[in-house]
Amino acid sequence: MTEITKRRSDTKMVEYPSRSIVPERDIDKCPVLECRHLGIEFGGLKAVDDFNLTIGPTEIAGLIGPNGAGKTTVFNLLTKVYQPTHGMVMVDGKDTAGMNTIQASKLGLARTFQNIRLFSQMSVEDNVRIGLHNQIAYNTASGILRLPGFWKGEKKQHEKALELLSIFNMQDMANVKAGSLPYGAQRRLEILRALATSPKLLLLDEPAAGMNPKETEELMDTIIKIRNDFQIAIMLIEHDMNLVMGICEGICVLNFGKVIAKGTAEEIQNNPEVIEAYLGKQKEEA
Amino acid sequence: MNKTALISTLKKFSKQYLPCIIVTVFFIICQIMISANAMPRTTKSMLIPVCVYIVMAVSLNLTVGISGELSLGHAGFMSIGAFTGVVMATYSREVFGFSQPLQLIFALVIGGIMAGIMGFLIGIPVLRLRGDYLAIVTLAFGEIIRNILNCIYISLEGKDLHFGFNNNTLPGTQIMRGPTGVTGVKTISTFTAGFLLVLFTLIVVINLVHSRSGRAIMAIRDNRIAAESVGLNVTGYKLLAFVSSAVLAGMGGALFGLNYAVTSPSNFSFNASILILVYVVLGGIGNITGSVIAAAILYILPEELRSFNDYRMLAYAVVLIAVMLITNNAKIKNFINNLLKKNDEKGGETV
Repeated sequence: MTEITKRRSDTKMVEYPSRSIVPERDIDKCPVLECRHLGIEFGGLKAVDDFNLTIGPTEIAGLIGPNGAGKTTVFNLLTKVYQPTHGMVMVDGKDTAGMNTIQASKLGLARTFQNIRLFSQMSVEDNVRIGLHNQIAYNTASGILRLPGFWKGEKKQHEKALELLSIFNMQDMANVKAGSLPYGAQRRLEILRALATSPKLLLLDEPAAGMNPKETEELMDTIIKIRNDFQIAIMLIEHDMNLVMGICEGICVLNFGKVIAKGTAEEIQNNPEVIEAYLGKQKEEA
Repeated sequence: MNKTALISTLKKFSKQYLPCIIVTVFFIICQIMISANAMPRTTKSMLIPVCVYIVMAVSLNLTVGISGELSLGHAGFMSIGAFTGVVMATYSREVFGFSQPLQLIFALVIGGIMAGIMGFLIGIPVLRLRGDYLAIVTLAFGEIIRNILNCIYISLEGKDLHFGFNNNTLPGTQIMRGPTGVTGVKTISTFTAGFLLVLFTLIVVINLVHSRSGRAIMAIRDNRIAAESVGLNVTGYKLLAFVSSAVLAGMGGALFGLNYAVTSPSNFSFNASILILVYVVLGGIGNITGSVIAAAILYILPEELRSFNDYRMLAYAVVLIAVMLITNNAKIKNFINNLLKKNDEKGGETV
């Protein structure tokens, strides 16, 4: 028997963050998103630090936290606007290391933006069609020469775009310039454009911002409808607690770049650390 | 198909291809005038340059208006097309014995391809930049092209083309002589060829804009970050617009070069690029019909103003300023829009 030569120092092994909570129906499926020790540093400032999260393939997840907690930074890390300095992101079981935004989109990530980013000079339908760009494709030459592929592709895109617009009852606005839509409609259009890329995980950055309570109620129904009809996972950042607690199954709370709590709506509502992050420390004598 | 659907398709078609219709109508009017000998000589000599500048303006509009990148080196691509075109026309005449129309087609195609290759090579580094920086770099590239052309000597000996860089002792008959450019060119450009090239350019640009790729180009112009987030290949589509624009400019340049007996690199200076940009801006950025009209009017205007002698360029400048002020005046804009709307409503009633 040859003796095993030991080249390593005694390493202390720690538990790898495995699946945290996912809905029971998703437990035996590959999670659509898995973040492990995800983090980014901007010149020494840890904007996001040791972020671990698992999202099931049909889960509606919430990401909340006070202003400046790093919620949008997490979205930017997931969609590869920023490259993480620590940790990894797996989408549908595939590692996204070294990918760019375009590749992440092709992998099944779609997002909306906190400050709306529509193609404002283009029509509502064309905005949705841009989302369909990689789904219903024909090449440039057949577009210039108007070959049969062009007519077929255009027809398919038109039908699919109207079908998507009907989710929010926006078919009548198809020819309106996107920039001239009211604020709420612009937010809805952004969701539709993201949805058009047929994502596996839809990331919504403050979808209810600027909406009145009635519109928010409708949005909640629509988000659940989208999840049920398309069988996709949705992760949303939102300050409207009514919406978050109403529809999110798993909620993750960020503060100063760190996860301070994870759990269901009830667990989060009663978590003292969360209350402290939002409302400040309770006075001892009170 | 029922009647209303047919009418609406026709309406959409005519709206999309409006510039083509305008150009065709003008072409027919000009041809009638020429055959009736009703057109003055000076106007007749302007027809081909007008076609060339329409092609230049529409192709630059693809870069500046549709793709949203300010390019100040468009005359550079024109010059590549012009000199390649002249050399190729001479070569194909001497070596292949092509007839004149074939020479012209050959010159246009090769001129376009050469300009396209240059556009591709320049586009790779340039399109990484944005806004003002991109404008400055395209300006520099335009000047570089002109200065390189100043040093190029090309001669034809039997079936061989000789190239020389700053070397004017090439064997055979010289075609291109550095700063002197090309001289004694057989002017084979025709008005009909010019018209067909304009039509070709318009159809290519309009079809591109109203297709999947064109929408992608405009989406990238409107919001680059959002375009990336839905998975558009930003660099690829920017390059597509830039190269298509260069190819069309090269073809326009070839027609230009074959319209004059003498063409030198100094014809394609920075001023020429700015002149084309003025057509685009005045016609409305991104507005193809506007480019066509602006190029035609602004090319003819200084020539027709010759009766003012010394005050010619002053009058031209005043007209430019006046047009800019009028087209940017909200009241006048509203007035025109209301007029157009009323017409539309009337049209709807009669249908």
